[in-house]
Amino acid sequence: MMKYLFSLLITFTIFNLCAQQTPAPEQSQPISIVGVTAHIGNGEVVENAIIVFENGKITQVSDVNKAQPKGKVIQAEGKHVYPGFIAPNSTLGLAEIDAVRATRDEDEIGTFLPHIRSVIAYNAESKIVESMRPNGVLMGQITPRGGRISGTSSIVQFDAWNWEDAIVKADDGIHMNWPRSFSRSGNWYDTDRRYEINKNYTKQLDELHTFFDKSKAYYQSDDFNRNTVYEAMKGLFNGEKTLFVHVDAEKEVLDLLAFKAEYNLENVVIVGGAEAHRVANEINAANVPVLLQRVHSTPNFEGDDYDLPYKLPKLLSDKGILVGLESSGQMERMNTRNLPFYAGTAVAYGLDKKEALKMITLNTAKILGIDDFAGSLEIGKDATLFISEGDALDMQGNRLTHAFIQGGEISLESHQTELYKRYSNKYNHKIDE
Amino acid sequence: MRNLIYLLFFLFNLSLFAQEYFPDNEGVKQQTDITYVFTNATIVDGYDNMMRSGQLMIKADKIVAVGKNISIPKDAVIIDLEGKYIYPSFVELFSDFGIKDFKRPSSNGQPQYGPSRDGYYWNDHIRPEQNLTNYFDFDEKTAKQLRKAGYGLVNTHVDDGIIRGTSSLIALSESEDITKTLVAEQTAQVFSFDRSNQTRQSYPTSIMGKMALIRQVYNDAEWYQTENAKNKDLSLEAFNQQQDIPQFFHTDDYLDALRADKVGDEFGVQYTIIGSGDEYKRINEVKQTNAQFILPLNFPKAYDVENPYLTQYLSLSDMKEWHHAPYLFKRFEKYQIPFAITANGLKSPDKLLSHLKTAIEKGLSKEKALAALTQKPAEFLKLSDQVGHLKPGAYANFLITSKDIFEDNMTIYQNWVMGQKHELADMNLVDISGEYQLSFNNQTYDLKLKQSKGKYSAELTKDTLKFGTKLNYKDHWFYLTVTDKSSENEFNRLAARIDQPQSDFQGKVFLNNEVTSNFVAKYQDSKENKKDDKSSDKKEDKDEMLPVTYPNMSYGFSEISSEPKPILVKNATVITGESDGTLENTDVLLKDGKINKIGQNLKSSRAKIIDGSGKFLTAGIVDEHSHIAATSVNEAGHNSSAEVTMEDAVNPDDISIYRSLAGGVTSIQLLHGSANPIGGRSAILKLKWGQPADEMIYDNSPKFIKFALGENVKQSNWGSRTRFPQTRMGVEQVFIDYFSRAKAYGEKKNSGEAYRKDAEMEALLEIINSERFISCHSYVQSEINMLMKVAEQFDFRVNTFTHILEGYKVADKMAKHGAGGSTFSDWWAYKYEVNDAIPFNAAIMHNEGVTVAINSDDGEMIRRLNQEAAKSVKYGNISPEEAWKFVTLNPARLLHIDDRVGSIKEGKDADVVLWNAHPLSVYAKPEYTIIEGKIYFSLEKDKELRQHIKKERSQLINMMLRAKNKGLKTQPIKKENKEFLHCDSEIELH
Repeated sequence: MMKYLFSLLITFTIFNLCAQQTPAPEQSQPISIVGVTAHIGNGEVVENAIIVFENGKITQVSDVNKAQPKGKVIQAEGKHVYPGFIAPNSTLGLAEIDAVRATRDEDEIGTFLPHIRSVIAYNAESKIVESMRPNGVLMGQITPRGGRISGTSSIVQFDAWNWEDAIVKADDGIHMNWPRSFSRSGNWYDTDRRYEINKNYTKQLDELHTFFDKSKAYYQSDDFNRNTVYEAMKGLFNGEKTLFVHVDAEKEVLDLLAFKAEYNLENVVIVGGAEAHRVANEINAANVPVLLQRVHSTPNFEGDDYDLPYKLPKLLSDKGILVGLESSGQMERMNTRNLPFYAGTAVAYGLDKKEALKMITLNTAKILGIDDFAGSLEIGKDATLFISEGDALDMQGNRLTHAFIQGGEISLESHQTELYKRYSNKYNHKIDE
Repeated sequence: MRNLIYLLFFLFNLSLFAQEYFPDNEGVKQQTDITYVFTNATIVDGYDNMMRSGQLMIKADKIVAVGKNISIPKDAVIIDLEGKYIYPSFVELFSDFGIKDFKRPSSNGQPQYGPSRDGYYWNDHIRPEQNLTNYFDFDEKTAKQLRKAGYGLVNTHVDDGIIRGTSSLIALSESEDITKTLVAEQTAQVFSFDRSNQTRQSYPTSIMGKMALIRQVYNDAEWYQTENAKNKDLSLEAFNQQQDIPQFFHTDDYLDALRADKVGDEFGVQYTIIGSGDEYKRINEVKQTNAQFILPLNFPKAYDVENPYLTQYLSLSDMKEWHHAPYLFKRFEKYQIPFAITANGLKSPDKLLSHLKTAIEKGLSKEKALAALTQKPAEFLKLSDQVGHLKPGAYANFLITSKDIFEDNMTIYQNWVMGQKHELADMNLVDISGEYQLSFNNQTYDLKLKQSKGKYSAELTKDTLKFGTKLNYKDHWFYLTVTDKSSENEFNRLAARIDQPQSDFQGKVFLNNEVTSNFVAKYQDSKENKKDDKSSDKKEDKDEMLPVTYPNMSYGFSEISSEPKPILVKNATVITGESDGTLENTDVLLKDGKINKIGQNLKSSRAKIIDGSGKFLTAGIVDEHSHIAATSVNEAGHNSSAEVTMEDAVNPDDISIYRSLAGGVTSIQLLHGSANPIGGRSAILKLKWGQPADEMIYDNSPKFIKFALGENVKQSNWGSRTRFPQTRMGVEQVFIDYFSRAKAYGEKKNSGEAYRKDAEMEALLEIINSERFISCHSYVQSEINMLMKVAEQFDFRVNTFTHILEGYKVADKMAKHGAGGSTFSDWWAYKYEVNDAIPFNAAIMHNEGVTVAINSDDGEMIRRLNQEAAKSVKYGNISPEEAWKFVTLNPARLLHIDDRVGSIKEGKDADVVLWNAHPLSVYAKPEYTIIEGKIYFSLEKDKELRQHIKKERSQLINMMLRAKNKGLKTQPIKKENKEFLHCDSEIELH
């Protein structure tokens, strides 16, 4: 009884604190941003630009002298405008507090779960989701975890009343965890827990093949009774869904590329890719993009270059691979707001700044299959963008003055800014807005 | 002593009729004391004491005489050992012979905090009263194996517990006479860092807890002895009685060996250290212990590196460990560190000599090798007169061998234990090894007879055809069964008596059709073939020893350089962190480990010049809260562990040290974890990669201790629900209780009365006296406020609140109290108590006058604390100058090391970083990281080290492939583990 009360209390408290900023109403009048440095997201930068958007879509991007402002004008000289950053492979909204099990919904039990759909558990009012926006992270691919096939992801924008309204692309891809050559030995309390050769690797691959064979047979035949699991797999064979494969090691990547060829899978994306640089040519030849592991990571091996995770984006992009940056890992949800700084760090270790920006905007949109309406500041695309006082990839420059999702001007306040203001007022500190 | 004999009666309650005054009803009373004389032998009592054609005379269990012309009594049995050798038999120093494994008592699902015993020490892992004889049961099976390996005596003990009682020297003889079996009682008191399996008592869970516990035992033992404590403590009584015998300490790696010696030094005890085999990694420090060592021979097997993909997972550390282990003994010899050798750790004692021969191939001298099995063990036991030697008066423990024991194909014929013969191989067996031409039934065959350890095998071929053979050869009789493999039913049996070694012989064949005929085997001289074999054998072992690096792993330095050259950084933008602010185009001279001069156009003829144009020079980053470079983080066995210190747990071989240098960090506070309200003392370190642990610790280090509040200490997400406290209310009372006790302790101490020295109370008393500072893990405002009030009640100040994510809610109170705040820039949402954590925390606390630092608590974030500082500009508009101090001067202040580090100021330590851009920029990275004027990281040096790693890896992989080709056993690759220790490490939570 006590336990029950306790859970109830926690649940109540959390919901009580969960009221998000009120979502913006639909765009009612044209908005023009004038005099701004426009980072298009496709590698181009337009200085002293004008951007106009109406009814949620961008209608003008050009030199300030080549077009007339319309509707509401935002003077933004000296400021920068960027397409909203996109966080792929994210569990945002699926869990709130890591240590409180009742708040976690990202990992269903079972092995082959393509039918599991993340989006219905997406909490549009998550306090963590709203904390993304002041840093320019405005969209995410909400992805389940666990199992061999974790489930189906959907892409959402971060200003909505509910999950249904948040969707920008439903059921975009299936996420699969490729078997590993090494598995962990020992118990959690052992001090020296090594990874040992996974003797079941071949067996696990075999299971994967069996599952895909059955799925394909189901797809090709009409005789089957409806099976929700195989039904969910259909999209992989008819090209509607992308297969996101979470895989790191060199040999495993090569096995995956063979698997892709064997099943003639059109859209396959590597997620993670810690050792992708060792097989970059093969990945490129197979035309497989990479959603690269968190740049702020430590090298996996003692002998690795200390800066390997920092320079991986450059190593892969130099080979011609389409790279986007993802941020899964420890405390991944709250850390996703640092996505722009992952890109910035990659620049410190050799990547071109414009390339770095692409990796959190247009490249990601392409990889997720939403580049026809998102990922860059181009005419006809969604007006999902923000204005920053400075370089948004740098901690000091990333200060948002305005942000828009599909044309609606969103609040940049959060639970955190409210507390900031409340306590600054308590102490009579001045806050510069 | 009476006790002992009494016990022995129980123990060997076999038939006791061997005692001379005991009646014997089973036959004529035999005279047992026969005198034996062994003649014409090469007697090797150490290689510096060899005697050809020597004579050895024994009577009963003693050696009576050794010499060339000893007078031989008429009733002596004379054994001619022409061509054979006599060695003292080996003495095994570290064994659990005759002791059964303990099963841990079953658990009731809850941790056990108190002891299970009455009348003994308060901690069950301290068992000095554990006397061998209460547990011993002679194990003939193992004894046989050990005798076969050449051992005559084993020093065995109850291998269970941290202080585990005394060992005894046991003869490996089947004798029913107890006096012949128990050679010496209480030969040594044995210690280890391994917990007892006879209890489930939680404390100690960590290496620093174990060290603290041993120290407390010494203190308590002294108190018990001098002050006649009121209670009876059989453990301490035994411990005190056992101080004058040798003290052995079993360790699991070289770090533990240094740790054990450190504890010993504090109490004037020199342990003999039972090593682990990796002591070559820091041979200088090992030498400085002045300890003698007992070293194992369990070399790691080569890794199977045939699969190149899997090989990538193999670390250079593991490869080097494989490579260097056999060179350990050579290094000990070279550094003149006394050592004995133990077979403990080998899969079977059979491997002893073959492993030892490997060590000899790698440079150990035969002299030291033999001494390490005989004289040295005797010396370490202080029993040189009685064992380990062949001299009159010593026990008759010796081996008769076919040749020099380190030669190939040596056979131990007999192992005499306490005057009793154990035959291992027939020494009168005529040597028939060699190649023969065998003829019978008008056919000739090639017969090869091979000998290994006194056993013969046969190989019979005709041209390319190979026959199945089974050879039985003993007592001069040769029986060979031959099968034609193509027809399994056809057996031919050959039999012959052989009296001459390696010469022709003949006999009878019993053919499969029951017909008999004769056969002749003609001996073929094959010496030439043998020579070829040998020379090719040797060639393969030409692998040279790769240099040991510091540490002996990737990015290890090849030497720890002494005095660094001065360094002059020219024309840099210098962010001083002092009132001078930022200086453009400025030179900084680093000399004698200090910042010597800051100015324009500085010159130094000797200095290494670093061009700083366009670059930024800053003080090195100081991380107030770190858990890198630690072997262990939490002592979770008690709710207070003020007696433990992280200085005991420093691991200088953590790659995170190097990687943190590459992120511009030069100093850290290595903190205890947050498993309990009163944690352990801190180690404040400089990240001097390559240096031993003690060199990293600040000299005159300020004293710190970790406290913790909230979810972790009340075990919200881990552990049991039985340990006090389970609520924040209880946490307060823990502090009040402990401080009250510490105060009382201090009063007693000051009164001049006798008092029991208590390391835990000493640390708490230091806090009350403002000599030790608290760094307290804390999250929510209620608990922060509480601890300040507790401190005020006891009239001291909380130095630092660390994490302190709700510090912004009570920043005014913190400022008033004088507490600093060391926080994360933007972490939150990982547990319930960080729900209100905001990234503006640092700014608000700073604006309210609190000294603010930003820390990592993490092996990843520590690599880019400059970025974390920059977030304070974004979140809360802190000026760049102040934000930079959040990771340099402010943490230095909080740690009371700002007189040495934290800013660029003449006279401070030369701990500086040169960046390619302003360090608050996301685009900045360190190009040089310098500590006390020495370059520990630079892009250039890093490049060289990367090359070096590549080179060594390829060399070692080749060596391993050669080893596998040679037929040596390999082991599958294990992938190194990358896991960072956090506050919560070693408890279930992440």
